[in-house]
Amino acid sequence: MATIELQRVEKKFGDLHAVKPIDLTIHDGEFVVLLGPSGCGKTTTLRMISGLEAVTGGRILLNNRDVTWAHPSERDIAFVFQFFALYSHMSVRQNIAFPLQAQGESRETIRQRVAEVARLLEIGHVLEAKPGSLSGGDRQRVALARALVRRPAAFLMDEPLGALDAEFRETMRAEIKRLHIEQHATSVYVTHDQIEAMAMGDRIVVMSDAVVQQVGTPAQVYHDPANLFVARFIGSPGMNLLTGHYAGGTVRVRENMTYQVPGDWVPALDRALDGEGEVILGFRPEAAAVNSEGLPATVYATDLLGGYTMLHLEIGDHEIVHARAGRETHYSIGTPVRFALDPAMVRFFDPKTEKAIVREVTA
Amino acid sequence: MTPNAQAIPTGPQQMTRHSRRQMSDKTIAHLFIWPTLLLLIVMNIFPLFYSLYLSFNDYSVIANEPPKWVALDNYEKILTNERSRYWHNFTVTGRYAALSVGLQIVIGFGLAMLLREKFRGSGLITTLILIPMMLSPVVVGLFWKLIFDPSKGFFNYLIYLNPRGGDQWLSDPTLGLWSIVIVDVWMWSPFVMLLCLSGLSAIPNYLYEAAAIDRASAWFQFRRITLPQVMPLLLIAVLFRTIEAFKAFDLVMGLTGGGPGDTTETVAVRLYSEAFLGKFKTGESSALAYIVLIIIIAVSNLYIRALNRAREG
Repeated sequence: MATIELQRVEKKFGDLHAVKPIDLTIHDGEFVVLLGPSGCGKTTTLRMISGLEAVTGGRILLNNRDVTWAHPSERDIAFVFQFFALYSHMSVRQNIAFPLQAQGESRETIRQRVAEVARLLEIGHVLEAKPGSLSGGDRQRVALARALVRRPAAFLMDEPLGALDAEFRETMRAEIKRLHIEQHATSVYVTHDQIEAMAMGDRIVVMSDAVVQQVGTPAQVYHDPANLFVARFIGSPGMNLLTGHYAGGTVRVRENMTYQVPGDWVPALDRALDGEGEVILGFRPEAAAVNSEGLPATVYATDLLGGYTMLHLEIGDHEIVHARAGRETHYSIGTPVRFALDPAMVRFFDPKTEKAIVREVTA
Repeated sequence: MTPNAQAIPTGPQQMTRHSRRQMSDKTIAHLFIWPTLLLLIVMNIFPLFYSLYLSFNDYSVIANEPPKWVALDNYEKILTNERSRYWHNFTVTGRYAALSVGLQIVIGFGLAMLLREKFRGSGLITTLILIPMMLSPVVVGLFWKLIFDPSKGFFNYLIYLNPRGGDQWLSDPTLGLWSIVIVDVWMWSPFVMLLCLSGLSAIPNYLYEAAAIDRASAWFQFRRITLPQVMPLLLIAVLFRTIEAFKAFDLVMGLTGGGPGDTTETVAVRLYSEAFLGKFKTGESSALAYIVLIIIIAVSNLYIRALNRAREG
């Protein structure tokens, strides 16, 4: 078990920052997800933790031991690669046994431990097969088994489900989560899939442009995004963001459209905007409910998504907001509707800094 | 233009189109295949079977006598008659093949491991190393003969084995075979290197990353990843070089001519001298050629089996 600590860790290729200085502590037994679009530096960060990539600045501590310049083999970590990285010329059994053999474990120990993880991952029946003949899901199980068999201090996973088809993904996602709960091993997991991140992470580190945008629990990054990037990136679709002018407790979004700011937000907005100014109003689709007296809009399109309906509402100038509605109601295109926002679920952002405006913590 | 004038040139055009249409794809295919096939039959297939026939006959091309059927006499003579010293030729060939292929694999693979990492000028060095295998064996034989020369050559000077007298490389009964081995290794290690290099570059880097994470030492990685992954290509190199070694002729002729005595006389050299050099024992040498062919096919089969096993893992 391990605590991983990144202190001002950065990676530069020439003058280009792949990862700008990042501070992060991953606690013992925690499942941390690095989430971000491709090229944001999440994989590089993971590879720096593993030692496969050298840092260009900062320190990495593993259980308070400085491993910044330690070889990957000296870090006691396991790494699950996106494309499995199985040894194609060896059988599944040999693949799983490899890390134990490399350490010179006895034959009996190897046999026992391989049988143990094979049982855990339910791959006992493919032990003598070659990785090439396995399905994607089984290959990933073998890769996980090879990581588990060594009982490492921490697991690092680089988009382990990225190469699987949708059907397998769900199953494997659940399996990895269950494994984590059973083994209680410190895990760092890289993905670009925010649903995966929300489902698996104890904490999510949202990254973009080589910078950490927010670190928080799935609920925090979903409900209280730290900035506009996180607001847009998390959620499918992302948060609705409407620019308007704030003055005296109301936000004027359009000529004929004024939003009454909930009471507990007024002091925070007054303070942040010095009484008045441009502000971005943000709310999740499920915070908007179609009713008879809210903000006016027309139905632009509707997506019937099985359990619910996603409404695309046009509020003039082709600006679209998304709202969730029950599956039983039908809205035809072009119908004028009104929608109200759940006061507990609205958020505000400063358009200049792109950061969220925070309410004072009430004691 | 009148309609009539237009009609005149279309006549012959239609004719050509028609006759072309008559020549079916099959006919065209036959037209391509038969000349080649005929050439193959005349130049390869016929001599192959004719020499098989001759190997069961007492026959000499210059004797002006028809072949006389002797059944397996020729084979029996080659394989059992001690005085004919054919076994000696097989031993020489075997030793030569083992030494030269073994060294080529070690050196070629070693060079490939060194040149695997790209560095400044590695492309140029690779090309320079490949030069020996582009040369004609006759040329190689001639100038290595000069290099080995005890008085004028610089080989002794380079290795400084005997600064006073200088070893008689080519005319020494033991060093003679080694001389040919050295030249063959010099000439063909680059070929093994080339094959190994392509095998090495096909090993994905993530395997080494995974192995590093799995705490495998460099030696363990080499033994468990590099070697098995290159093995198929290594075996192909061994196969090619072994077949070549069994046919060793040009280098031997260029360097020692089989001497001193018959200490470096490989099967191919013996075959040549039996078949042509004043003896013209056509029947007997045909039998010898068939024995060599059978050995090569047998050895190749063993390698191919090993290759298939290596491919499967």
